[in-house]
Amino acid sequence: MMENKLDGNAAAGNLEEIFPFEMTLAQATCAGCGAHDVIGAAGAYMHGMGTIIRCNRCDAALIRVAHIRGHYLLDMRGVSVLQMKEG
Amino acid sequence: MERRTLLGRLSWQLGEVVATRPETARTKSITLDLPGWRGHRAGQHVDVRLTAEDGYRAERSYSIASPPEEAPRVTLTVERLDDGEVSPYLTEELRVGDKLELRGPIGGYFVWEAEMGGPLLLVAGGSGIVPLMAMLRHRAAAESTVATRLLYSSRSLEEVIYRDELDRLVKRSAMLAVAQTLTRAQPPGWTGYSRRIDLQMLREVAWPVAQRPLTFVCGPTPFVETAAAILVELGHEPARIKTERFGPTGEKHDGE
Ligand SMILES: Cc1cc2nc3c(=O)[nH]c(=O)nc-3n(C[C@H](O)[C@H](O)[C@H](O)COP(=O)(O)OP(=O)(O)OC[C@H]3O[C@@H](n4cnc5c(N)ncnc54)[C@H](O)[C@@H]3O)c2cc1C
Ligand SMILES: [Zn+2]
Repeated sequence: MMENKLDGNAAAGNLEEIFPFEMTLAQATCAGCGAHDVIGAAGAYMHGMGTIIRCNRCDAALIRVAHIRGHYLLDMRGVSVLQMKEG
Repeated sequence: MERRTLLGRLSWQLGEVVATRPETARTKSITLDLPGWRGHRAGQHVDVRLTAEDGYRAERSYSIASPPEEAPRVTLTVERLDDGEVSPYLTEELRVGDKLELRGPIGGYFVWEAEMGGPLLLVAGGSGIVPLMAMLRHRAAAESTVATRLLYSSRSLEEVIYRDELDRLVKRSAMLAVAQTLTRAQPPGWTGYSRRIDLQMLREVAWPVAQRPLTFVCGPTPFVETAAAILVELGHEPARIKTERFGPTGEKHDGE
């Protein structure tokens, strides 16, 4: 399947089904290389199986999210810290 | 499935189509009335969801073309891809009075508000003009004098979206300049650029690096990547270059 790169912005709708925050401005620290950036500036790959947010510096998968048969599956192994702004 | 809004979590809502307007042969603007709209900022988008009778669903993202000042009315501008699942429906079949399911506004990153200042550099490829037009419309509605330059790439003059409105905005504001490039066909007497964006073009149009412009680039993925890479090569700070790739979102949901 073609993996077309989008911006983290494009995945925000899917993340905001789960998180009650404006997720493009959430700061993710990459567990692999330590880079931290807002999700809006990260890469996003979306396809039928779900969405993957990738670190802009080392390309590691930060967050994988899928919505399957009424369940959300969230794999966040790639993030050491996720920081969200209140409100 | 109905979802409640807890702590502002995003939920689906229905908008009623109150107007449609062809912009070019392949693009149409659709204005929706959204009674529950909580307002938006220029540059944000919505997710649109279509559900077939058998429960099959398709979801796509569309940028908001209208400025915050027009809320609770929201206008989207959609380009028809002939083999697409969603865009032919939105551009050819949707009628005034129909309801459309969407959620938003989404995204606080690719956003410009008058108080963020400038100078502002907007770089658009094709339908990538849509969120940048929301910024220009907001700039006009807020009577902002932030120095702004738009570089807009289209295939031909007929494919230029918002052509007349862009001319009007330029006439209205001495602080706004629009440079256009037509990559495939140019009318006789065309004085703009006639090629794909390149380093020389961006060097001419972009602000001097020392002025630290705030830059928004939007369009098809290859266009965005080319423009952003050139701006970085020219010495612009990557952190002040925000990108929005209009690639296929292609998320499919089978009746859940
Ligand atoms: C954040 C965001 C904002 C967007 N805003 C707008 C907008 O304001 N106006 C607008 O018209 N579109 C916008 N798009 C693109 C839009 O979401 C859809 O991708 C587009 O309308 C095609 O959907 P479709 O169902 O018609 O085609 P699909 O059925 O998804 O695809 C049909 C064919 O076209 C290809 N394709 C799909 N999308 C694109 C594309 N964007 N460019 C080139 N090839 C493509 C597919 O690979 C496939 O071969 C935006 C995308 C994102 C991520
Ligand atoms: Zn990393």
